[in-house]
Amino acid sequence: MLIFILRRLAQSVAVLLAVGLVAFTLFRYVGDPINAMVGQDTSIQEREELRERLGLNDPAPVQFAHFIINSVQGKFGLSYRTSEPVGRMILERLPATMELAFVAALFSLCVGVPMGVWTGLYPRHWSSRVLQAASLIGVSLPTFLIGILLILVFAVILGVLPSFGRGDTVAFGWWTSGFFTFSGLKALILPSITLGLFQLTLIMRLVRSEMLEVMRTDYIKFARARGLTNRAVNFGHALKNTLVPVITIAGLQLGGIIAFAIVTETVFSWPGMGQLFVQSVQFADIPVMAAYLLLVAFFFVAINLAVDLLYYAVDPRLRGGMATQAARGH
Amino acid sequence: MAVADFMRRVADSDIWYSFKSSRVVVGATVVTVFIILAAFLSPILAPHTPFDPATLNLSDALKPPVMFGDDADWSFLLGTDEQGRDVLSSIMYGTRLSLVVGIAATAFAMVLGIALGLISGYVGGAVDAFIMRLADVQLTFPALLVALLIDGVVRGLISVQRHDEIALYVIVGAIGLSFWVQYARTVRGSVLVEKGKEYVQAARVIGLSPVLIMVRHVLPNVMGPVLVIATINLGLAILTEATLSFLGVGLPSTQPSLGTLIRLGNDVLLSGTWWIVIFPGVTLAALVLAVNLLGDWLRDALNPKLR
Repeated sequence: MLIFILRRLAQSVAVLLAVGLVAFTLFRYVGDPINAMVGQDTSIQEREELRERLGLNDPAPVQFAHFIINSVQGKFGLSYRTSEPVGRMILERLPATMELAFVAALFSLCVGVPMGVWTGLYPRHWSSRVLQAASLIGVSLPTFLIGILLILVFAVILGVLPSFGRGDTVAFGWWTSGFFTFSGLKALILPSITLGLFQLTLIMRLVRSEMLEVMRTDYIKFARARGLTNRAVNFGHALKNTLVPVITIAGLQLGGIIAFAIVTETVFSWPGMGQLFVQSVQFADIPVMAAYLLLVAFFFVAINLAVDLLYYAVDPRLRGGMATQAARGH
Repeated sequence: MAVADFMRRVADSDIWYSFKSSRVVVGATVVTVFIILAAFLSPILAPHTPFDPATLNLSDALKPPVMFGDDADWSFLLGTDEQGRDVLSSIMYGTRLSLVVGIAATAFAMVLGIALGLISGYVGGAVDAFIMRLADVQLTFPALLVALLIDGVVRGLISVQRHDEIALYVIVGAIGLSFWVQYARTVRGSVLVEKGKEYVQAARVIGLSPVLIMVRHVLPNVMGPVLVIATINLGLAILTEATLSFLGVGLPSTQPSLGTLIRLGNDVLLSGTWWIVIFPGVTLAALVLAVNLLGDWLRDALNPKLR
């Protein structure tokens, strides 16, 4: 088990270093950092001094090491667009994206799993067929179109929900939260539905097919023969055994949620990291892009690691497998 | 005679039987063919030329579709936008661009993926390890993010005016570069299987060059799964292009694709002019849904395990 964790950690660090190399290459060689920092009338000599002082004349490996060390400390340099420290810009926008992603993931799990269980238990019921067809359309509709439709119905025609922004927020230190004000909660509804809908349909279809599979197995028949209640069979035996693939997909999709938050945030003018990233792409603001890339890579790698470790917590069979593998000196 | 023979072979084939026995697939084909024809014949069929400023008239601006509203005009079937451009014509020209970008990006990704997959599988060793680790790292990120990043880097390297001129190529390149991994992995896997077979050894004994063996002998035997992936990815590529254009980093508003049209319509959505955004949106959704259904069917129909 310990060997497994250490090996996975080493892999994660390797991926992060590879992404770090890409980010460093962007940061250092796309556009000139000096040009972005100084005015037109700076002499060549002053530029050279600055270059020397910033360490831009050092060998590339040394610069890369500096870049990684600074990144770990959250120092990503200054934005080309606003001349603010990139670290602070991202930190200001982190809470908005995190809260949106959290609510969207919660929504997709809390609605998707029951819907999947229902359609898996009663596949011939008319409501299951309706849900199946709706989920197919849901998969094909682009995220931004769902957002626009929701705005059209709930903000333009009905006028009951806001179409942009976070509403009022409460500050806790550097973290701003929309969870504690009425307008903040109202502003969360449409964006999180937009962001969570794709994940919802995915989770529903997954739970459904897993449930159909599990319900055919012998241990379910045996549990019924023991006279257990339907509830105990459906949830205690069947649902529990569908959880491993659901955790995998849900975990990996959490990364997808962060990526597609870019689209949702643009539709709803949500002041998060995704919106910042789109703006920085439009203005070719390389330091922000490099920092965002590193941050997202970190999230993805952390999530993948957590998902792998969760397997062993959820599925006792794997733990047994690990033990025998370890005994064989694998 | 040859044509008649071919038609009979098609009519007797399993694929044709599987095709005509599914009403959904036939419907998806009809929708796809209809959209493709309408898009590529737009210079002939479209009632207006929406991106020729000389034909625009501001007094035609913001007319609702013919079924909704009294000041509607029958020559503007689906209404007009705030500059008096016909929505139907814009959609037809926009769909053409979306299809061109989607098909070109898919083809680019396919060629790149096949080439890297062949090299990886045939050469092996350090080259193989490098290409596959690169694929692993890229697969950690969603394709949309990769495409956005590539677009941003290109913007950093060239000026803004220059970027608008070559936006079409940039976006095809960005989407292509973010979708090559699946092809490369599939081709590499098949090459590893095919490489040991006797016909490849025979070709090697004759003294053919490795490039010739790969392209003429190995490639035809791995094309089946590749074409299935391409069909499925076509829908995804069209969607990615639309998303990028919607985010304002894809095609500029001087040559709008469906995604650009939706973005422009979204900017004026709060004034209640829903038709500017809904009709391009419905076209996009119908196109992607139909292409996806066709891709899924093709995958199942070509999979011998499912027959």
